[in-house]
Amino acid sequence: MRSRARNLVLLAMLALLVLVPPAAALLHQLFYVDLLRRVMIFGIAAVSLDLILGYGGMVSFGHAAYLGVGAYAVTVLAYYGIHDGLLQWTVAIGGSMLLALAIGAVSIRTSGIYFIMITLAFTQMLYYLGISLDVFGGDNGMRLPERSQFFGLINLNNGTEFYYLVLSILAAVVLLVQRLVESRFGMAIRAAKSNEARSRAIGFSPYPYKLAAFVISGGICGLAGALLVNHTAYLTPDFMQWTRSGEILFMVILGGVGTTAGPVLGAFTLLVLEDVLSGWTEHWQIILGPLLVLAVLFAKRGLAGLLPGGRGG
Amino acid sequence: MNLQLVLEQILNGLQLGVMLFLMAAGLTLVFGIMNLVNLAHGSLYMVGAYLATTFYRWTGSFVLGSLLALPATLIVGVIVEVVALRTLYERDHLDQVLATFGLILFFNELIAIIWGRVGLFTNLPQWLSGSLDFGGGFSYPLYRLLIVMLGVAVALLLWYVVARTRIGMLVRAGASNRMMVAALGVNIRLLYTLLFGFGAALAGLAGAMAAPIYAVQPGMGEQILIQVFVVIVIGGIGSIRGAFAGGIIVGAVDTLGRAFLKPALATLISPTAAQAAGPALASILIYLLMALILALRPEGLFPARGH
Amino acid sequence: MAEALLLARGLCKSFGALRASDNIDFDLLEGETHAVIGPNGAGKTTFIWQLSGDLHPDAGTIRFAGEDVTSLRAPARARRGFARSFQITSIYREFTALDNVALAVQARAGHSFRFWRKAREEAVLRDPALRVLEEVGLGARAGVLAANLAHGEQRQLEVAMALATGPRLLLLDEPVAGMGSDESQRMVEFLSRLKGRQSIILVEHDMDAVFSLADRISVLVYGRIIATGTPQEIRANADVRRAYLGEDVQ
Repeated sequence: MRSRARNLVLLAMLALLVLVPPAAALLHQLFYVDLLRRVMIFGIAAVSLDLILGYGGMVSFGHAAYLGVGAYAVTVLAYYGIHDGLLQWTVAIGGSMLLALAIGAVSIRTSGIYFIMITLAFTQMLYYLGISLDVFGGDNGMRLPERSQFFGLINLNNGTEFYYLVLSILAAVVLLVQRLVESRFGMAIRAAKSNEARSRAIGFSPYPYKLAAFVISGGICGLAGALLVNHTAYLTPDFMQWTRSGEILFMVILGGVGTTAGPVLGAFTLLVLEDVLSGWTEHWQIILGPLLVLAVLFAKRGLAGLLPGGRGG
Repeated sequence: MNLQLVLEQILNGLQLGVMLFLMAAGLTLVFGIMNLVNLAHGSLYMVGAYLATTFYRWTGSFVLGSLLALPATLIVGVIVEVVALRTLYERDHLDQVLATFGLILFFNELIAIIWGRVGLFTNLPQWLSGSLDFGGGFSYPLYRLLIVMLGVAVALLLWYVVARTRIGMLVRAGASNRMMVAALGVNIRLLYTLLFGFGAALAGLAGAMAAPIYAVQPGMGEQILIQVFVVIVIGGIGSIRGAFAGGIIVGAVDTLGRAFLKPALATLISPTAAQAAGPALASILIYLLMALILALRPEGLFPARGH
Repeated sequence: MAEALLLARGLCKSFGALRASDNIDFDLLEGETHAVIGPNGAGKTTFIWQLSGDLHPDAGTIRFAGEDVTSLRAPARARRGFARSFQITSIYREFTALDNVALAVQARAGHSFRFWRKAREEAVLRDPALRVLEEVGLGARAGVLAANLAHGEQRQLEVAMALATGPRLLLLDEPVAGMGSDESQRMVEFLSRLKGRQSIILVEHDMDAVFSLADRISVLVYGRIIATGTPQEIRANADVRRAYLGEDVQ
């Protein structure tokens, strides 16, 4: 019953997303294809964060780092003339997973506030690294020489084709994460989040499972980064700004932690909100800031908590 | 590379270190005693810098301007605490992080609205802008020396207050047992507000000291805040000693790294490679150090007991 | 005689100036129920945590089934057959009773790096879990969220989780704590059915439970074991009466 309602909501969201390009074309508002594509890309990033946050209880303030690694992987390879999308994106995912492994290995033994500060610091580290790489534009960044190529199968320069590719990837990622959290692996990390002492007492060592979840999460976010740089066609170290980590975190929270639909809903809400507010005034952050504070104080369950079928866990 | 350059960079490192200490002390006090993660601590630093600069312009006196900035920042801190932070004490750390993140956005934009995005520029007054001559041809800016001395003085003062006075005892007791302290008739709410205000004043002091030598612009708080996190992770959370040790270490490593890593690398690898790798490596040195400490001693160098 | 199932020798643990465990010798024979009693502050919790692997002793050894496990942490000991229930109920509150016990089964079923099949649909996890739940009397409550169970039922769930791991040793930390007299009686009856089939270390304050369940009793006072023996021997022991039982036992 509950999960049927949830599945209906998900299908409705999927249907809406599928209908955006033709609807936009009809209304001569192609801008919406762009906006929703951006929403979905960040939705993928938010889903990856929710895996470790909502189900693993690990508050990572450092996911912007993987967006950055993914984006840099694609751009750097393109810079050296390698445009094969499959290769680029594999490097993007692999590189992010390696970075997540390195960061996770030292961070996961800590928890709570330490973990937050550490993931934040490592993200900033990558940001400074990015700024110092003058060959790739330093803090100005650089244009993506060419979008990822898929041998004529899909043309990323076609806004609509690219849109549907992102949609497919988003759907696949959501499905993957759902399978993951219901599997033995998922139960193990959810148990560790629920009661770590109890998990240890029955024989789980939480560390390997948390680390694995962290690595998977990083990899998915790296894929989001590869998509993002293809979307913007411009690489900038700002992808790795810690404030961006905060944005992704907010998307997960606003949408509803540990739910299936939450991350995407949150991405949609936050990005649309930013878009609308910045249309009103250039000082939109002074409105967004307090709004976010209020959201944290009063809307803890997130948007998904309001929908029928609510919490999907 | 000569001795004078090395000495100069060591002193620069010390100077950065004490500023990091001032920030870390405020943050760790608030976290250690009130269990509150305050990402907007950097915003208070920024407020201190802007207020000091503005008061300096109004009064014409650098010292007066900076002195006025302290209570002013304290008041701002108290307002923030009363209006926005009170409800957060009971919440988990994630909520605190997110809420204070929202505050950062607010403050950055508020500053930009009032003073513009470009930033403020301050000149040191004549009597402070000279250098002290140490003989042997070595001289060092007077102002930076004063910062180091002031920082050390504050460190000693803090240590004395926390370790030797009744207020300090209350503070330490409050850290481990809030209920007990409340049961003793101490007004916890007032204590917390005052503590937070004090932490804000420390941040404001750091900001006032930084104003003439660092860039005063929106977002300046976050740059130093992340370094302060590194300080706390290395030094250990909840302890003033850790904040001091961590501050000095991070200040020294960062400054010396930026100054000497490239030439040092150039002796090992080709100059062109060093040109590219040197600055990149120097900018991430303190984070690598943090990773090392995490791997070897995750609780930090001087963790407060009970953490 | 075969070596005891659990053998602790010379356990010492100090916190600053406080000697919480002062040269403790303790053994558990296969199939016996050995209770540990003592006044509050005697160091029972410290002792239990060293046995379970949550605290590393400053000195001393612990041997389990002939193997030195002193340096093994809790998860490793659990995988070797240690099972424990906690003094303060420690269960997975957001999961159902069945999920809770199934997790205990899962923890002992090799590694959990399985990413695709839904754990809740795996009979190899669910069936044994349901059996154990029925054994402790919670069969009808299998689908209830653990947080919604009554306090006594939650304590039963704790024991169920311990049993579900197919343990060689049960470490029960105050299993009837906070229970009313009916519930306590049911729990004691259940535990007495386990006697002989399981090797149990029982930490308890409830003297009725202790004297009806224990084959042997060790008395812990100020970090030292001052007496070990059968319930009758302990009842008659003058030191014990002075230190602990006092006027409570005639």
